[in-house]
Amino acid sequence: MDTKLHVSASPHFKGSSTTRRIMLDVIIALIPASVMACVIFGMRSMVLIAICIATCVLLEFISRKIMKRDTTIGDLSAVVTGLLLALNLPVDINPLIAMFGCLIAIVVVKQMFGGIGMNFVNPALAARIVLLVSFPGPMMHWVTAAGAPKAAAIDATTSATPLAAEPGVYSYVDLLLGRCGGSIGEVCALALILGGIYLVVRKVISPIIPCVYLGTAAVMSLIVGLDPLYQLLSGGLMIGAIFMATDYTTSPVTKWGKVIYAIGCGILTILLRAFSNMPEGVSFSILLMNILVPLIERATAPRTLGYIKKKKGEQK
Amino acid sequence: MEKRSYLKELTKGIIKENPVLCLVLGTCPTLAVTTSAFNAIGMGVAATAVLICSNAVISLLRKFIPDKVRIPAYITIIAGFVTVVQMLVKAFAPAINNSLGIYLPLIVVNCIILGRAEMFAGKNPVLPSILDGLGMGIGFTAALLCMGIIREFFGSGTLFGMQIMPVQILIFILPPGGFFVFGILIMLANKLNSRAGKKVKTSPCDGCPMSENCAEKSCEKTAKEATVNAD
Repeated sequence: MDTKLHVSASPHFKGSSTTRRIMLDVIIALIPASVMACVIFGMRSMVLIAICIATCVLLEFISRKIMKRDTTIGDLSAVVTGLLLALNLPVDINPLIAMFGCLIAIVVVKQMFGGIGMNFVNPALAARIVLLVSFPGPMMHWVTAAGAPKAAAIDATTSATPLAAEPGVYSYVDLLLGRCGGSIGEVCALALILGGIYLVVRKVISPIIPCVYLGTAAVMSLIVGLDPLYQLLSGGLMIGAIFMATDYTTSPVTKWGKVIYAIGCGILTILLRAFSNMPEGVSFSILLMNILVPLIERATAPRTLGYIKKKKGEQK
Repeated sequence: MEKRSYLKELTKGIIKENPVLCLVLGTCPTLAVTTSAFNAIGMGVAATAVLICSNAVISLLRKFIPDKVRIPAYITIIAGFVTVVQMLVKAFAPAINNSLGIYLPLIVVNCIILGRAEMFAGKNPVLPSILDGLGMGIGFTAALLCMGIIREFFGSGTLFGMQIMPVQILIFILPPGGFFVFGILIMLANKLNSRAGKKVKTSPCDGCPMSENCAEKSCEKTAKEATVNAD
């Protein structure tokens, strides 16, 4: 045992939560969704996940080397980005397109802005949107999931996502178990909810953002006349609310900031779903709110102890 | 001013004081018309022609234009040349006229041209002003061409209209892609400039790319006053 006295600056007690530990928890929470992706879409989805993770880690390593900074692949954040990006892609996407997405996520959005903790938007989401805008054809090509209702499949291989499908094609159970078309990770709502509960229990994320986000989305769907439960379970809302919107770097730290942020996400999501010409609005709404986070944080900054707010018109 | 060689007036606009990438002037046409390399050249040449002519005329008239109305006078001269260029383009290159659209007459309010008139041509003799206009024009055209080539190559898979890439990454010809390419080019230009020679910072104006031609040097004055007051 070391008997010498250590003299050091605070903090003197350190918790066990490190970036690596948190990222590992996120990966564990995404395992059910990844396993369900394999069950629903076959082994091709596992290949896609492997490609994305490997590319992200490699690009992170190379870009840190070129910028002459310390290597940060050990904190597993690149693995999380790769995994999240893969779960947001359709299963039959060209691997080169997926790799281009990894390049956008890691090099442009993350490393060019200073690496982990500095990115101004969620890297995986930004990459997904760049791919969606750049390659609308391949990115909207949804393969029919195993066990999807026959009426959903217009021809043998592709089907609409639940959001673009005729009402009544998918039941709630279909949506919960992922028997529908969509990105490989977003279809099975049950697996995502399981992952979310794990994260909340491990205190990796606070339940404020997902709960308020989903609640606002439900209320908004009622207001614009959509079926709230169907809206919650379909599309990317679950993966967005649980895994994307709760990213530490790009969500507010204050409690009321989190509430405002989540309400904004919820309102925008349903507005985009109901009135825009695209079937899905989760990624765009989270990205927009990510950009507003600094403003939200400034508006909701807690009052300093002893600071008295000046009344209007009162001179100092 | 006499000590500076004419060659330097010509070459400074290309990298060191590149109007788009270092002075960040004229970003509106830079982002809007660079969806193809051909458009970029058309825009660059048109702006260069206006820049040279207006610099020459403003430099000739610099002793007659009263100081208080110089900006309206400059704009009138520039607008005259833009009209001439627009008519010429309409007559001889209608395709470019169609693709540039509103951005061709908008050269009138291009900050590069007014900026050079204000910063350089209004204070210098004719020959350096023409060379300055030519250099700045070349710098503008080169920056636009770089952006146009990159955006056209990735965005539509073509180069000057010839099909090269089989896939198209649409985001490059959309506005967000334009901003990203612009940012990356500015980064490269800064990198090139920082390698060319490191300046020792002596006055607060050194950080300002326009300090050399700044008439007021007001920032320097206020800074000096501030230090005196602090003492």
